Amino acid sequence: MLGAVHPTLPDSATFAVSAAVIIGGALGVISSRNAVHAALSLVMTLFGVAVLFIEEQADFLAVVQIIVYAGAIVVLFLFVIMFLGVDRQENVAYEPLRGQRPLALLLVVVVLGGVLALGVSAHWATGAHAVAGPRTAGGHSNVYALGKAVFTTYLFAFEATAGLLVIAVVGAVVLARRPRREAAAGPDGEVPGPADDPEGERAELETVGAPQADGDTSPSQEEVPR
Amino acid sequence: MSIPGQWYLILAAALFSIGALGLLIRRNVLVMFMCIELMLNAANLSFVTFSRMLGDIGGQVIVFFVLVVAAAEVVVGLGIVVAIFRRRANASADDLHALKG
Repeated sequence: MLGAVHPTLPDSATFAVSAAVIIGGALGVISSRNAVHAALSLVMTLFGVAVLFIEEQADFLAVVQIIVYAGAIVVLFLFVIMFLGVDRQENVAYEPLRGQRPLALLLVVVVLGGVLALGVSAHWATGAHAVAGPRTAGGHSNVYALGKAVFTTYLFAFEATAGLLVIAVVGAVVLARRPRREAAAGPDGEVPGPADDPEGERAELETVGAPQADGDTSPSQEEVPR
Repeated sequence: MSIPGQWYLILAAALFSIGALGLLIRRNVLVMFMCIELMLNAANLSFVTFSRMLGDIGGQVIVFFVLVVAAAEVVVGLGIVVAIFRRRANASADDLHALKG
């Protein structure tokens, strides 16, 4: 079934190079011990996927993929990595749960084989053609067709994503907010009010965790001087 | 003749498998997040391929929404990572047993 149609050489070359970039980047993400290298490998994979989007005439999504994923999400990852300490090396060989990796590999291979077998038996894509509108609407571009579908058929979902983004922004602000205890700077958290108990607990936890933090960060910074 | 859709679907399945494997074997929460992004990209590639195979714009619209949800998920997830790191000073998933009552 794979050899039924013969693609042209440029298409084949584009697909082969993009597939190599995608798989190589993905393997780099899961095997690099430094989180920054993992993020850069992720960028590689995202660019490969964007090239394949162009190959499949999804031009708008390819551009959005690069702008949103490689431009925003990976930068956010890198920002958090830098914030948490870039010199932190993970010991990849350390395996806390004995036999977890062989079992994980076995599970993934079984799932992959199952998915591929299902695909072969179902002839890969079955279903009604053009339920939500044609992919290329009468000679118009891909952006035209996508915009028309988003603002007519999927208008409610599109507006719901606005609510989702607002919730995400508020959640990020709430999570990243510093506790008010440090501003008060009183001994043992003398902050009045109903929020006294959890903040006192938090203070206790931080004093317990503080020496561990020093032990964690200082050797790794000595190991890899930048 | 362009590339048949099966090749894309096989590639997407391989990419998803690599992401799932990484999610299972890695301990660093940030790298686990990146593996989730890999899996989301595999799903996106499948959706675009189905959109092309069936001649339907719906697959690409879903990819659009997946991008939005991925952005929101990363923002909240990294906020949680920063909040955990502030009191644990460690980004390993093994240390989160301290969350239990």
